[in-house]
Amino acid sequence: MAIEVRIPTILRTYTNGEKAVNAEGANLSALIDDLDANHPGIGERLLEDKDGKSDLRRFVNVYINDEDVRFIGGLEAALSDGDQVVVLPAVAGGASSWAPSVAR
Amino acid sequence: MLTIDQTTYDAIVAHAKRDHPDEACGIVAGPEGSDRPTRFVEMVNAAGSPTFYEFDSTELLALYKEMWDNDEEPVVVYHSHTATEAYPSRTDIGLASEPNAHYVLVSTREHGNNDGPVEFRSYRIIDGEVTEEEVTVTTTDTTSPTS
Repeated sequence: MAIEVRIPTILRTYTNGEKAVNAEGANLSALIDDLDANHPGIGERLLEDKDGKSDLRRFVNVYINDEDVRFIGGLEAALSDGDQVVVLPAVAGGASSWAPSVAR
Repeated sequence: MLTIDQTTYDAIVAHAKRDHPDEACGIVAGPEGSDRPTRFVEMVNAAGSPTFYEFDSTELLALYKEMWDNDEEPVVVYHSHTATEAYPSRTDIGLASEPNAHYVLVSTREHGNNDGPVEFRSYRIIDGEVTEEEVTVTTTDTTSPTS
């Protein structure tokens, strides 16, 4: 089972500069585990601990076939062969001095 | 150094003034590797806030897909500060995720929606390090061949 994952510029240090890599998994959580096994460290940039559970980082967007995974089950979102996954960091910021938890 | 044409510069300033007191945001795309900001794209601030901006996630994906199809990248990522100086906040630094982009900040704190000069400054933000850079505004549109 091969799923193409589009990697944003800022995370390409983990993929030897590759813009897209293949990974496997029946859902997003398993896919990220597989990605991290082949590209150690990348999982940490996508996930954070929320109340003792692993969840997507607030400022990382993941899309499965153009759907934001937050609307289709988050880490539980199902995947099948040939699906296209895109990872995009949020474009966000602002004058607020609130310091968000960031992907680094 | 950021080199930007007057038309694009004016469009960024006009957007910032129009959306004041909320923060305005957008990008200027350009051919990959060219460092030339050529295609101005105004975005909606999904946060609709005077102290925070965020691109809507669906619009963000549409924008990036368009850029990939055109072999473009975000050369400029801009937003406004409406009550503070045009300098990256801790939030801006923490969330900066385009190491190749020029981060443009415009401050509308002095004149708000009205005519009058604004602060327009540009930065590189890489791994939490902010480096201010010179902004050169070209009078001609650098995107079209000179006649």
